[in-house]
Amino acid sequence: MSMQFMILPYSKKGGSGAAGAPDDMPAWIAYTEALAKAGVLRGGEELASPDEAAVIRVRDGARIVEDGPYADTKEQLGGFFLIEVEDLQAAMEWGARCPAASTGAVEVRPVILHPR
Amino acid sequence: MTDAAQAAERAARLSYGRLVSILAARGGGIAAAEDALAEALARALSVWPERGVPASPEGWLVAVARRAAHDEGRRRGALARSADHLALLEAERAAGRDWPDERLRLLFACAGPEVEPALRAPLMLQVVLGLDARRIASAFLVPPNTMGVSLSRAKARLRESAPGFAPPAPDEAAERVGDVLRAIYAAYTLGLDGAHGLDEKTGGLAREALWLGGLAAALAPEEPEALGLHALMLFAESRRAARRDADGRYVPLDRQEITLWSAPMIEAAEAALRRAAAFGSPGRFQLEAAIQSVHADRRRTGRTEWKAILVLYDGLLALAPSLGALTGRAVALGEARGAQAGLAALEAAPEAARGRYQPWRAARAHLLARSGAREEAAAEFRRAAGLSEDPAARTWLLERAAEAEAG
Repeated sequence: MSMQFMILPYSKKGGSGAAGAPDDMPAWIAYTEALAKAGVLRGGEELASPDEAAVIRVRDGARIVEDGPYADTKEQLGGFFLIEVEDLQAAMEWGARCPAASTGAVEVRPVILHPR
Repeated sequence: MTDAAQAAERAARLSYGRLVSILAARGGGIAAAEDALAEALARALSVWPERGVPASPEGWLVAVARRAAHDEGRRRGALARSADHLALLEAERAAGRDWPDERLRLLFACAGPEVEPALRAPLMLQVVLGLDARRIASAFLVPPNTMGVSLSRAKARLRESAPGFAPPAPDEAAERVGDVLRAIYAAYTLGLDGAHGLDEKTGGLAREALWLGGLAAALAPEEPEALGLHALMLFAESRRAARRDADGRYVPLDRQEITLWSAPMIEAAEAALRRAAAFGSPGRFQLEAAIQSVHADRRRTGRTEWKAILVLYDGLLALAPSLGALTGRAVALGEARGAQAGLAALEAAPEAARGRYQPWRAARAHLLARSGAREEAAAEFRRAAGLSEDPAARTWLLERAAEAEAG
């Protein structure tokens, strides 16, 4: 049986996207390559800087648009990896290997697969 | 912190498992023992500052905890009303003088068939060392809520199946020792490369596991594998200071500064290994310790006897095949007979598991680089880096990748 998880890296603001400082790029490439080579990567992308985000609400039929990100925290979501592994333990291990784990934080969250 | 609070903290820290096991051994189970001990510790914090720390803090705690358990039992009507006050005093006296060591029973209980293998080491850390679920969860990379629930369930199951912690029958005992040792080693390898949560003051999980291993070896002196495991962990610990340079950068074994290896730890490891060998009954941990002993010899000879290591790995693979042993043997083969021989040996690893096993990728990268396949080596170093949790190891592997590419 396998399960899907989102690996969500949070890094300090300032860098561009998930990679943070450009120095980190080789580590991110290596991590992505390791995920792919292990056959667990199902999807994932880097996100642009939170400065480029916009937040939309529709209230009583009126649009309210604000500059993003949704939550202005010290560390920001920089991308996402969708992985498929046998269990939570395996997902946690991949989360710990994510370069953001040693500089920021990594959220590991199970994905609910709805029948289609 | 006051002296009294410090004494209570120290007693809790150093003797928690011993105290729980003594209390649990008289019936009532772990949970009741922990409750009673918690009450005794709370009372110590209010009484000791006023009346001074007793001569035997542990004995005082056991006596008070027993009284608390007894009161609790009386409230529930579960215990006989005729508490023997003299017996209580005798227990207190005996406790302070000469400890009946019940911790081995606790270790056995934690490694029993009622406890699923993945929970054995966490349970030992909680029950024997008194570490809290949150810190254990971090070390084992499990969400704290999940770990807390799992540990409570495991303790409840133990309480039902073995209320008084009866030791296993002799024929069962030998098998259980293996389970105890495997659980301790699992905890040790988790903590080997980093502090991984737990108590930073004590050097993380590895130090706690080392302590458990020393305990197992002391409590089961007739079990050569317990000595072997203790020796193995002591060898690994002896090199801790050498694994990072002054700037915190990763240093691989073959480039380590041997003067940074701890001589007393190596000597203790050698002594344990010699005692184990006297039994004439080799096992997995003794062989792994013997491999480390050959590495440690570099401090006297200035070189590594890879052929001796290869022979030991052959024995290890025959006795206890594993991906780790296969990888170690391939590295030794690469050193003794050339990179191509090592690479060929690596190919014997099962494909499904090896791709995500960092040491296999790192070994392959290293051997590819030595064989001159620079581009392949660079790619493999990068994949090994991607599998690394430790930032220092990741940086080192990425540097090797760049080096291989540059030629």
